Amino acid sequence: MAIGGTPSGAVEGGEQRALPNLLDKNKALSILSYLSVFPDLGLQIITLSDLECDYINARSCCSKLNKWVVPEVIGHAVVTVLMLISLHWFIFLLNLPVATWNIYRYIMVPSGNMGVFDPTEIHNRGQLKSHMKEAMIKLGFHLLCFFMYLYSMILALIND
Amino acid sequence: MQLPSGYGSHPPNYSAPSGHYSQVPNKAGASHLDNQYRASYYPTYYSAPAQNVMTPPVGTSVLNTQESQQLYNKTPPHTGGSAEGPIQGAISSASYLHTSAQQSYSAFGNHYSTSVSSSVASQGFPLNSDHYTMPVVSSAVYPNVSYSVAAGSVYGQAFTSQSLPAVGQFKETNTFSSQSTSVPHLLQQHVPVGYNTTLSTISSAQSVQDNLCRNLTGSVAKVNNQINAGGIDSSQPVHPVSQSVLFTKPGAGTSVSSAVISSVRTPAPSLSSQPRSSPSVTQSPELALQEAIDSSSTTSSASPVLNNYDALEGGGYPEARSVTSSPVPAPSVPQTSKASKPFGYGYPTLQPGYQNAAPPTPVQPSNSGHHPGFQHYPQQYPGVNQLSSSLGGLSLQHSQQPESLRPVNLTQDRNILPVSSVPAPVPNLNSDLRKLNCSPDSFRCTLTNIPQTQALLNKAKLPLGLLLHPFRDLTQLPVITSSTIVRCRSCRTYINPFVSFIDQRRWKCNLCYRVNDVPEEFMYNPLTRSYGEPHKRPEVQNSTVEFIASSDYMLRPPQPAVYLFVLDVSHNAVEAGYLTIVCQSLLENLDKLPGDSRTRIGFITFDSTVQFYNLQEGLSQPQMLIVSDIDDIFLPTPDSLLVNLHESKELIKDLLNALPNMFTNTRETHSALGPALQAAFKLMSPTGGRISVFQTQLPSLGAGLLHSREDPNQRSSTKVVQHLGPATDFYKKLALDCSGQQTAVDLFLLSSQYSDLASLACMSKYSAGCIYYYPSFHRSHNPAQAEKLQKDLKRYLTRKIGFEAVMRIRCTKGLSIHTFHGNFFVRSTDLLSLANVNPDAGFAVQMSIEESLTDTSLVCFQTALLYTSSKGERRIRVHTLCLPVVSSLADVYAGADVQAVVCLLANMAVDRSVSSSLSDARDALVNAVVDSLASYMSTASNLQQSMLIAPNSLKLFPLYILALLKQKAFRTGTSTRLDDRVYAMCQMKSQPLVHLMKMIHPNLYRIDKLIDESTIHVNDRVVPQPPLQKLSAEKLTREGAFLMDCGSIFYIWIGKNCDNNFIKDVLGYPNYASVPQKMTQLPEVDALSSERTRSFISWLRDSRPLSPVLQVIKDENPAKTDFFQHLIEDRTEAAFSYYEFLLNIQQQICK
Repeated sequence: MAIGGTPSGAVEGGEQRALPNLLDKNKALSILSYLSVFPDLGLQIITLSDLECDYINARSCCSKLNKWVVPEVIGHAVVTVLMLISLHWFIFLLNLPVATWNIYRYIMVPSGNMGVFDPTEIHNRGQLKSHMKEAMIKLGFHLLCFFMYLYSMILALIND
Repeated sequence: MQLPSGYGSHPPNYSAPSGHYSQVPNKAGASHLDNQYRASYYPTYYSAPAQNVMTPPVGTSVLNTQESQQLYNKTPPHTGGSAEGPIQGAISSASYLHTSAQQSYSAFGNHYSTSVSSSVASQGFPLNSDHYTMPVVSSAVYPNVSYSVAAGSVYGQAFTSQSLPAVGQFKETNTFSSQSTSVPHLLQQHVPVGYNTTLSTISSAQSVQDNLCRNLTGSVAKVNNQINAGGIDSSQPVHPVSQSVLFTKPGAGTSVSSAVISSVRTPAPSLSSQPRSSPSVTQSPELALQEAIDSSSTTSSASPVLNNYDALEGGGYPEARSVTSSPVPAPSVPQTSKASKPFGYGYPTLQPGYQNAAPPTPVQPSNSGHHPGFQHYPQQYPGVNQLSSSLGGLSLQHSQQPESLRPVNLTQDRNILPVSSVPAPVPNLNSDLRKLNCSPDSFRCTLTNIPQTQALLNKAKLPLGLLLHPFRDLTQLPVITSSTIVRCRSCRTYINPFVSFIDQRRWKCNLCYRVNDVPEEFMYNPLTRSYGEPHKRPEVQNSTVEFIASSDYMLRPPQPAVYLFVLDVSHNAVEAGYLTIVCQSLLENLDKLPGDSRTRIGFITFDSTVQFYNLQEGLSQPQMLIVSDIDDIFLPTPDSLLVNLHESKELIKDLLNALPNMFTNTRETHSALGPALQAAFKLMSPTGGRISVFQTQLPSLGAGLLHSREDPNQRSSTKVVQHLGPATDFYKKLALDCSGQQTAVDLFLLSSQYSDLASLACMSKYSAGCIYYYPSFHRSHNPAQAEKLQKDLKRYLTRKIGFEAVMRIRCTKGLSIHTFHGNFFVRSTDLLSLANVNPDAGFAVQMSIEESLTDTSLVCFQTALLYTSSKGERRIRVHTLCLPVVSSLADVYAGADVQAVVCLLANMAVDRSVSSSLSDARDALVNAVVDSLASYMSTASNLQQSMLIAPNSLKLFPLYILALLKQKAFRTGTSTRLDDRVYAMCQMKSQPLVHLMKMIHPNLYRIDKLIDESTIHVNDRVVPQPPLQKLSAEKLTREGAFLMDCGSIFYIWIGKNCDNNFIKDVLGYPNYASVPQKMTQLPEVDALSSERTRSFISWLRDSRPLSPVLQVIKDENPAKTDFFQHLIEDRTEAAFSYYEFLLNIQQQICK
């Protein structure tokens, strides 16, 4: 789930002179992380809907999804921090709630559970639905971010 | 909408009746299966039409007058202004309402007797699914709708279904006979009146009568003709309809006639086009009606209607009767339905209210969608129903109420406990369905009247869910061996008594409404050795059946019974002395272990190392293999650790004899439970089976080690109770691995100090095992626990067991299951994976209503449990439960099953306390009472708000919730050990309802005067039946002796001044002082009181699988607190008394 770093780099085009090294890194990292965002979210949605349709076992579904929880948390946190460092306040604030939520979700997993997605609970109390909803919302958020980043990148290129 | 012709003029009138009728179908829908009701349907149906007829002319007046009687009175003028008109009305109203209704009611009691009238319509049409819809159309929403169309559809279908009806008819006869008395009146009186006005109608009426005389066989044609003749005029058609109704009733009255009708049905050519000419009218009354309608209405509309109907049927009416399979025609009988509805419900008292309500309901407004097309029919009904029912609910207060709705003033009525145990409410189905329905012991729903919509359910504030005990020991169970198991092709539902046979070759699934073919084999009934009677097959006659499954139901050859015992042999365990008991019990029951010649058994012991036992046949003595590498556990000799029970019996016996003494001098205090379990899993994974783990302390070595999390100072904390959830996911993962390999882990925890049951329990929870907990177990210091272990083990080792099981719970389209409770792993949305299933396991599920159930009057639930028996047979046990759908809040409350509600709430509260906090769960429990009672009181507007009123069905609700709050699992303020609490929670999740209720609210009996009590005879034994006592110290007298039945334990409390004769005779001691402190058995004394007491106790014991331990308690006994903590109506330092609790609830309601 590492979120759109690419755009962040683009946005920073104007400040590149001030922080050239950092921005380059930032750019590269965000491109990398962006590459993983959509496949990851897509995977999450596809796996969950597979589970809904009974194509997949709850156990394998959850272990598949849990593998991606930590990369997502880290990726998004890194991007958010990079935004802060490069002083993109608006984008930073936009990403902050989502990143916080990701971390919170990861930390709040009860000690006995097998991760954010627990095969013994995922069918109870509408958890499957709420996970699905969450994934959808995040997908929407990242799409929005993607276009924002794209826009600011183009803007930065033009300004250059 | 095309109907316009005659009816168009009087749309409002029509619509109103239709509304009524529509209700009927739903309620009657419950009765679909019953043919009886269909029969009864006719009468009502017709009567209803009659009313309708009258009304149209009345027009405005009808609307105003809501009462049927009023309607009738007014009608006369319309009918032709003849003096008879008024008479008719009077007669009809009087006879209809009073005679027919009351008589039928009395005769039928709560059954759908009322439905008789309403359901009658259905009878006529039983075979035709279309029929059902048809009537609806005509009567209900579409006053204008061409009746002819409907009729046409009906007929066409009727043809197909003709062959089947016989069974239904039979049933009908009975009901009819009872009703017949009332019917005649109507007929006779009516006929003269109505006929005068319209010639055509008269003729039809006569013809009807003729039909009756002739058993209705040939008369249909006549009726049609006559009707047609008369019906041409738009205004006139109405009359014929009414007449026909009346007549039909008589027909219904004679059982023979009704039967004939069903059989007679000729294929009606599309009525719409040929209404007049068509002689086909099979259901004479209905035909008459419809035809009349047709004549009045334009025929052209018919064809489209038909199509729509077909479409509708495909998905719409789940309730088709089993026998005839025709959908209930209820819709056609709007008014009657209303009147009848109450009856159907079995709430005779409601009737007046309903009747009143029904007429006024404007059908059209409610059904907005109807006009465009017929397709919307089903929906229309519901809408109408809702309206009418809500009206009925309002009127409830004025009229008499069903017993379950009788308001009970909780604060004043102190004696709310029934005399004997609380019975499960019986769903308001007709008697036939009720007979077929699943036993409440195996299958219970919290609401025996299912609300139509989620909104209604939310309004009722009661949880909707099922409580299952699917693998219960049954004394009678039809086992079916058949090469093909008949199932719905789309939803895979097993054929059950609530499906409908459309004709001999097809049946309609009652869950998804798909029409399936009846396979050739199914046509032959092995029971009666007859051919062509699929509806008499045992699958269709029993709601609980067991199939022997073919190889299609196996992923691999059925596994043998495999038992592995994993025993803790650390110092702690040896000290407690459980090994002796376990080995002894095993030795005694070795031959009784369920299994066949392939049964295998193995043993693993562990302390800080893991010991395996090679029991391979041929060895001179058992060989112990010690593996001390617990970080990377391996199996020393994988092939010889699990051995065939029969081949190695001698070695096994040697081992069991030697085992208790092998470790007597051990100094090993550590416990490597995790590695031992890993080894057990490796050993079991090739076959699957059962692992029984005996553990006596906190696991302290290797994987899965745990640390003490309990702070003894927090035991009586009123604030936060922590650590209710597991500390590690090791046991959960292990359980899921086991579950995947069809292995269940059963845990016996025998510990004297904290052992973190919350973590350990996971190994059983998710592998479908069971959990036993013996706090402060010691063989000699705590004989009660030792005895309990012994008895539990006996039951545990010898009870039935099912291997590699899966259970699926299916429910009617529109309902969905969202939460499961119990010990299992939910593998996919509705598939529970149960590595083992045992007869003492209960399950619960919560449901929500995803789609409105307005187009159905019945919902069904089916659990199918597929398992491998200990004999290596693959079997499927299927339970099917059928419940009516209701649309009014009052009905929802009337059908509430308070015990099921409480048990489901207990399950939900356990979840809540683990996922959130205990105080949250407690608040939620209290809120459940407050909300539901507040909601009830707001529906009953005439109740004084200052009192705390509950419907009779829920009068025990606050008491049970208070009991739950004082239960070990949820209590606060009283010192409760964490393990005790967690164990109580585990039990709530996995116990079946009967046991759980005793745990929550024990039964208290006074037993020192059993000789005077009334008795029953069971197997030549005289069993006294003392009344239940309130759980309050005020009931305990020093002069008495009391027995408290807590499910797994019996307490006998002896008062200080108890009669010496009782002590001498029953306890075998001369006086109170000489009764010992630890007494766990009653001596066999040859005295009447002793005999009675013992027979009473053994009768109580026989009712449950686990034989409970008996404990005699005197005043100074330390166990006294155990006894007194169950007196939940009394005040404790930390909790309310019952009365205070009620006041508290009242306060919250008023807020």
